[in-house]
Amino acid sequence: MSNYFESEDLAKFGQIGRHAPKLAEDFFKYYGNVTATDGALSKREKALIALAVAHAQKCAYCIDAYTTQCLETGSNPEQMMEAVHVAAVMQAGITLAHSVQMYNHLDKLVL
Amino acid sequence: MDDAPITLTQLDGELPRHDFAALLAARALQLPPRSVETLQVNLTKLCNQACRHCHVDSSPSRTEALSPEGVAAVLEVLARHPQIGKLDLTGGAPELHPQFDELVRAAVRLGKQVMVRHNLTVQLDGHPQTGESKAYLPAFFAEQGVEVISSLPYWQEFFTDSQRGKGVFGKSITAMQRLNAVGYGIEGSGLVFNLVYNPVGPYLPAAQAGLEADYKRELRDKFGLHFNNLYTITNMPIHRFALHLRKSGQYQAYMDKLLAAFNPAAAEGVMCRSLISVDHRGRLYDCDFNQQLGLVAEAGASASLFDFDYQALMSRRIRWGSHCLGCTAGAGSSCGGATAG
Repeated sequence: MSNYFESEDLAKFGQIGRHAPKLAEDFFKYYGNVTATDGALSKREKALIALAVAHAQKCAYCIDAYTTQCLETGSNPEQMMEAVHVAAVMQAGITLAHSVQMYNHLDKLVL
Repeated sequence: MDDAPITLTQLDGELPRHDFAALLAARALQLPPRSVETLQVNLTKLCNQACRHCHVDSSPSRTEALSPEGVAAVLEVLARHPQIGKLDLTGGAPELHPQFDELVRAAVRLGKQVMVRHNLTVQLDGHPQTGESKAYLPAFFAEQGVEVISSLPYWQEFFTDSQRGKGVFGKSITAMQRLNAVGYGIEGSGLVFNLVYNPVGPYLPAAQAGLEADYKRELRDKFGLHFNNLYTITNMPIHRFALHLRKSGQYQAYMDKLLAAFNPAAAEGVMCRSLISVDHRGRLYDCDFNQQLGLVAEAGASASLFDFDYQALMSRRIRWGSHCLGCTAGAGSSCGGATAG
């Protein structure tokens, strides 16, 4: 293979069961129950969360899949981009919040 | 935009797994005609717009139109068949046909429910070849009590203008305000105004009920607009849209998406089981998509408006093609929106 992350590989996701079919079956059932149904959250809301996580985790396959899923559940690009900003600001906030740890240690070290 | 007729059909280079007739056979599904409740007439391919997804390849330069003999034959068929209760006028922009007003008035006099696939912008653009104003349409529609069905790809400008052309959203809002002003979509008026949503690319429509709620809230809050129902329609992989998919390398993936979403309940409700489509030459088809693909109804000599034989049409075999996957995916798709819950 000359390249990693070929877009066609998204369609091969189902192959994760090749050497562990029962575990894959359990996973896909769980996956479907969570993402493909309206529950306390709507499918639309779940797709926006998944889109944000896809960006935070930098998964190109998931970004493609959930861009489509967001459109197919009725979101628009403004809403989708706001979800990406939620992911971005959470990551920034998490980074900055860790500065508390830095200050804690700094206070120990500095006389 | 390239508005020349496209000769490429959906049959070119089709994969066996997208064979719709084989899919029905494998699932033991039989879908014979149920009735002819609706006569859907494609009056003209002329349109003031040239939309990217248009399966008719309509544009301001098209000239095809139903002849005066054809218009007379439509009325004769309607008069002779009380079981055909609805006349569904489409195009192109059907209002650009020279006998549009006359046909509507005569069909209403026959007691038929007349539906017009009205693109909204023709009210403001007028006739693209003669410049004739079409600003009278809201009042005319109201006077005749026709049901108005209009495409609005989204309640925001971005999607609408991407699909239908720059400036279309703004003009559509103005046209909708004019329809509301004469009572269309207003509770208690009896004047029905329905909107049509279709995706702006190769993906399936969102659930109809949820989108309708969004449209109603946003159009009311942002523009003070009202309408009755939202119909979600899946983009058919034929003509201008198919060419776009092929050029962008997305055709087979879209067909696979439609196939994966095949819904037997949606198949049961396909519109070709209760509708006959008529082209500008008076030839009959199972639906408007088959019409655009040149797949004339399998009814022998009766596949003509001029030799209309209800019983022969009821015993015909509906002609399937891979594009039929578009009507049976997910919640289904028809000229009246979703066909399955």
